[in-house]
Amino acid sequence: MAKTVQFLGSRWGIISAGLFVGVFAPLLQHWGNPKNMGICVACMERDIAGALGLHRAAVVQYIRPEIIGFVLGALIAAILFREFKPRGGSSPIIRFFLGLFAMIGALVFLGCPWRALLRLAGGDWNAIVGLAGLAFGIWIGVLFLKSGYMLGRSTKTGSFSGLVFPIVMIVLLLFLLFAPQFGRTPEGTPTGPIFFSQKGPGSQHAPIVVSLIIALCVGFLAQRTRLCTMGAIRDVILIRNTHLLSGIIGIVIAAFIMNLILGQFKAGFSDQPIAHANHLWNFLGMVLAGLAFALAGGCPGRQLFLSGEGDGDAAIFATGMIVGAGFAHNFSMASSPAGPGAYGPASVIVGLIFCIVVGFTMREIIS
Amino acid sequence: MRRRDMSEKIDARGLSCPQPVIVADRKMKELGRGVFEVLVDTETAKENITRLAQQSGWKIETKQEGGDIRLLLEKT
Repeated sequence: MAKTVQFLGSRWGIISAGLFVGVFAPLLQHWGNPKNMGICVACMERDIAGALGLHRAAVVQYIRPEIIGFVLGALIAAILFREFKPRGGSSPIIRFFLGLFAMIGALVFLGCPWRALLRLAGGDWNAIVGLAGLAFGIWIGVLFLKSGYMLGRSTKTGSFSGLVFPIVMIVLLLFLLFAPQFGRTPEGTPTGPIFFSQKGPGSQHAPIVVSLIIALCVGFLAQRTRLCTMGAIRDVILIRNTHLLSGIIGIVIAAFIMNLILGQFKAGFSDQPIAHANHLWNFLGMVLAGLAFALAGGCPGRQLFLSGEGDGDAAIFATGMIVGAGFAHNFSMASSPAGPGAYGPASVIVGLIFCIVVGFTMREIIS
Repeated sequence: MRRRDMSEKIDARGLSCPQPVIVADRKMKELGRGVFEVLVDTETAKENITRLAQQSGWKIETKQEGGDIRLLLEKT
């Protein structure tokens, strides 16, 4: 056990976790997930929001077992290694809205940082623009961090508080397996939610068991290795440390090789799957996402793994993302392959203003 | 490792990533050399500060105290 802990905490440990994600994300695509979307925390949470009826974009509704597996895998690792520590209370309302705006930014770009890496590994050069925006947003976040930005301390809470989010995931798994129909038409006929897309990306998915097992492994490994795409870039800027960066380099290299092997690599800017080529809003969407992740202390994947450890603040951020996905589609803010939504650019500007106000106003003196 | 200046203590419990690293980094730069303690409550904070210390040439000792971890940093 001690040797496992030591290995997973080492540089080779985090590289191994990155390689695992990089190998299995393209395989999930090969087995049925949408193109360049073997894993995408933002897109998959958006699909869950759709399945629950929080938005009615009929092509992106499915309860993605990957999200469930990430949280439960991290919970298992946290319990096994005695790191399950229920905690919360660090500016929850701010974290909720950081999650909400992070999701809006990610859906203007069309992907979370993990999907940006997977898009890059699949030859979608728009991802370079998105990753540049992500890095720029994180750089702004680092400036706030250096100048004293802080969301306040969390405090220990009761065990049940830390279990609420994992229990929600188990409920989602039951919804996925049994697909109950909660709605009623005026005539009284059962209808969704739960909604499952009949066409489009939401209808494309790998077998549930396969997705769930892979995601449990990712959740387990990522909890142990602290894999975080935002942290990877932040640590290079903030403390010149490349530990986390080696994990995401592992993702890109492994996914690139797997895409070549599976015939999924297609280089170019145009006609990329579930992507658009508007550079300005690809960039600014990810500036917003990167800044929100930096202010909240983790990428969307990391927030799920922390939720599995009992971190209620991370769970609130993740909930904010799911609610944000509902707004993003209901309010025409999410992009489509045709380009940014009608209110996408305006919502990114509102989100950036929110984050900048948070960055300037939230601070605490530590002595 | 001798504890020469017990007045230099930082309570980083309850701070989310990367705040514990930032406060430790700030103290390292402020002191240049010497001894200080950081109290944290997550393994992640311990690992991050340990990596920072090793990278910056500070020796580090860790001590589990119930649910908290005391990190003693020293540079001569």
